[in-house]
Amino acid sequence: MAENEERLRRTMMFVPGNNPAMVKDAGIYGADSIMFDLEDSVSLPEKDAARLLVYEALQTQDYGTAEMVVRVNGQDTPFYDNDVKAMVKAGIDVIRLPKAESPEMVEKLDADIAAAEKEFGREAGSTHLMAAIESAKGVLRAADIAAASDRMIGIALSAEDYTTDMKTHRYPDGRELEFARNMVLHAARAAGVAAFDTVFTNMDDTEGFYRETEYIHQLGFDGKSLVNPRQIPMVNKVYEPTEAEIKNARNVINAIQEAKLKGSGVISMNGQMVDRPVVLRAQRVMKLAKASNLVDEEGNYLEK
Amino acid sequence: MKSKVNRELPDELMQKLDYKPFETTEIGHPEIQRVAPKVHVSTGDDKIVDSIKQVVADTVKDGMTISFHHHFRNGDFVFNQVMRVIIDAGIKNLTLAPSSLTGVMNDMVIEAIKAGTITNITSSGMRGSLGDFVSHGGLENPVIFRSHGNRARAIEHGDIKIDVAFLGVPSADRLGNANGMEGNAVFGSLGYALMDAQYADQVVLLTDNIVDYPNTPASIKQTQVDYVVKVDKVGDPDKIGSGATRFTKDPKELKIASMVNDVITHSPYFKDGFSFQTGSGGAALAVTRYLRQAMIDNQITASFALGGITKPTTDLLNEGLVKKVMDVQDFDKGAADSMHTNGNQQEIDASWYADPDNKGAMVDQLDVVILSALEIDTKFNVNVMTGSDGVIRGAIGGHQDAATGKLTIISAPLVRGRIATVVPDVTTVVTPGDSVDVLVTEFGIAINPKRTDLIAVLSNIPGLPVYKIEDLQKMAEKRVGTPKPLAFTDRTVALIEYRDGTIIDTVKEVKD
Repeated sequence: MAENEERLRRTMMFVPGNNPAMVKDAGIYGADSIMFDLEDSVSLPEKDAARLLVYEALQTQDYGTAEMVVRVNGQDTPFYDNDVKAMVKAGIDVIRLPKAESPEMVEKLDADIAAAEKEFGREAGSTHLMAAIESAKGVLRAADIAAASDRMIGIALSAEDYTTDMKTHRYPDGRELEFARNMVLHAARAAGVAAFDTVFTNMDDTEGFYRETEYIHQLGFDGKSLVNPRQIPMVNKVYEPTEAEIKNARNVINAIQEAKLKGSGVISMNGQMVDRPVVLRAQRVMKLAKASNLVDEEGNYLEK
Repeated sequence: MKSKVNRELPDELMQKLDYKPFETTEIGHPEIQRVAPKVHVSTGDDKIVDSIKQVVADTVKDGMTISFHHHFRNGDFVFNQVMRVIIDAGIKNLTLAPSSLTGVMNDMVIEAIKAGTITNITSSGMRGSLGDFVSHGGLENPVIFRSHGNRARAIEHGDIKIDVAFLGVPSADRLGNANGMEGNAVFGSLGYALMDAQYADQVVLLTDNIVDYPNTPASIKQTQVDYVVKVDKVGDPDKIGSGATRFTKDPKELKIASMVNDVITHSPYFKDGFSFQTGSGGAALAVTRYLRQAMIDNQITASFALGGITKPTTDLLNEGLVKKVMDVQDFDKGAADSMHTNGNQQEIDASWYADPDNKGAMVDQLDVVILSALEIDTKFNVNVMTGSDGVIRGAIGGHQDAATGKLTIISAPLVRGRIATVVPDVTTVVTPGDSVDVLVTEFGIAINPKRTDLIAVLSNIPGLPVYKIEDLQKMAEKRVGTPKPLAFTDRTVALIEYRDGTIIDTVKEVKD
C-alpha cells in the first residue's frame, strides 16, 4: 500500500490525452487527481500522439498539487509497454490499469513499472498504481486486486463496461451497481487503499449527479471519477463537512495536542477517552474543511 | 513625442493632425463649445425619396464625411446598398465615420478604398479582411479609432463633422420619426445613431417599414431628418443578435466568471443600489448569472445596469433585481424586445452613455464594470484592438469609457491556445492601466497596486488566489514560451485616441 492516508481524492477528472487544450487547462479546476487518458478516449491512429502529448505536458505544465494519473492502454494491446515506459519516464504519480481482472495483471504492471523506474533512473517505488474494475470477474476478485501491490493507491469502479458485462445498463437509481460498489469499496478498505466511484455522464442531470454523489459519499467512497470539470465543485460540496463536524473535529485535534504537551498517551475530551477512529475521522474532517475553504490556516471555522 | 503610457508617437503626424499625446485619465472641468448642424428648412412633406441613387445624388459630394451606425451588426443591409451607389456614382475622397464597422461591411469598404471613394476612416473598430487590409497599408491615411463615448465627444466638438448620415431603421413614418423597436429587423436601442441624427447636416433614414404618421415612440425625431428612403430590407433579423445569450458551458469561462463574481461580491461596491456593466460574451453573461444569485442571496438590488444590453440583464430587470436598464445598444433580440415592453429600460445616446466632455455621463456613475482584453500587460494597460500578429482585429467599443467605473475588472484567460493574454507590454495600448483595477484569470487575480484599498479587501478570499500581475505574466510565458517580437514598418496605419481626444498609441503597418 502506497502512502495513502494523507491525500484527499474526492475528484478524479478524466482528460482525453489527445486534446491539447484540455490537457493544458486540466490544472485550473481544482481536481484532487487529474487522469490523462491514453485508452478509450483516444482513437487507434492517435495513440502515439496522445502518449507524446501527455509526456510533454507532464514535463512542462504546472498542475499544482494535483495527483497526476495516467490511464494506460490495456495489457492486451500493443500500446501498453510504451505507455508504461513513457509515463514512468515522465515522472507520473500513478498509472491506472484498465480492465483489471486478476492480481496477476497488477503484479505484471508492478514489475513493468519497476523495470521502467530502473531504466529511466527514477526512484524505485516512486511510481504508484491503481486498478479499474470493469467486469464481473474483476468485481469478484477486487479484494485480491486491491492487495496485489505495494504501489497500489486505490481501485475504481468503471460502470460502463461492468454493466455491459452484467447484461444490463446504467439506470438513474444505480441499483444495478449496488453489489459492485460495495465489493470495490470493501476491497479497498480491507487493503487500505482508496475507492473511486464511477463517472456520471449526463451533464444536464444535476439533480441525479448530486443524488448519486451523496449516495457514494454515504457508502464511504473517497470520491468520484469525473468527465467534466463542472462536476468538481458539486462533488466538493457533497464532501464538505458541516460546521458542527468541523467544530467537533477541532476539539478532538486540540485534545490531541493537549495530550501531547502533557506527555500523556491517553487523549481525553470532555472527560471521555478519545479513541483512534475518532482521531482519524477528525483529521479527515479538518483536511476536508481546509480543502473546502471552510477553515483558516489555524483551523478556525470561517462563517459563510 | 511619447504618450503617458510610454508609447512613441510620430511627431510629424501628430503636428499635421494637431493632436496632443495622452496625459491622464482625469478629464477635469474644461469649458467646451459644442457645434450645431445646418438645417435645411422644410415643412416635412417632401422627405420621401424613391431611391438611394437619388438621395445620394442630392446629398453626397466629393470630400464629405458620411456616417452609418452598426446596430444591425452582421445583419446590416443598409451600408452595402448605400456604398454601392456612392462608389458607382464616382464620388471620391470621402471620410467614413460610422459608429463601428462590422464584418458584413468589410468587402465594400475595401472596394471603396481601392476606388478612391473612401480616403479616411474613423471608427470604433474593424475586424477580418478590412483590419488585415488596413494593417497591411491598404489605406493611405491613418484610421482614427475612437471609443463610443469619444465619438460622441468628437461629434459634439466638431472633430467629426458629419455631412450626411445614412441611418437604417426598422420603422419610420414619412417625416422620419423612427425607432429601433418595431418592424422586421429590430435591434432595440438606437443609442449610437442618435448622435448622427442630432449632429449631421443631412440625415437620411432608410427603412423597409414606413408606418402611419406620427410614429411613436420616436427615438429619432422628424425635426432631425431630411430624407426617408424606402428599401426592400434594412437587415437580417437572424444576424442582428450576436447569439451571445446562450449560457456558456465552457468550464474555463465559468471558472473565470465565478471568480469575477467573487471579486464583485467581496468589494465594497456590492451593496444595495450599486450599478454595473457586463457587456456581452460568454464569461460576461455567466457573471450576470452568478451575480443574480449573489444579489438574491444578499437581498441586494442594483440601481441600474448600463451599456450594451443582453437578455440575462433584462431578465434581472423583470425580476426586480435591477431597477433600470440604461441601454445604448442591444446584443440580442430578447434585450431588444424588452426595451419595447419594459418602461424601465431607457434608451440612451452615446453622449449620455459615455461622453467625457459632458455635464455628467452614465459611466461616471458606474460602480462595477467587467471588460475583456486581447492582451493586458504588467502595467495593466489593455489592448482590445490588435491581435498577437499585430493586425487590427478589434474595437474600442465602450472599453475606455466604462473603465472609468469605480471597480474595473478585466476578465480574460491567462493564455488563449498558444498565445499569452498577460504580457510584458501590450501590442497596442487602448485603455490605460490607470483605469483598470483587477485582472481575473482562470488561475487567479491580480490587483492594480495603486488600489491599496482593493488589495486590503480582496486578498483573503478563500479559493481566490491573488498574484502580482508580473507573476501571472511569468506563468503565461512559462506555459506558451516567449514569442518572437512582431515586425512592423515605420508607417502609421491607425491612431488610437483616448476618450478625451488625445492620442494614446498608434498601430503600425505589419511587415510580413
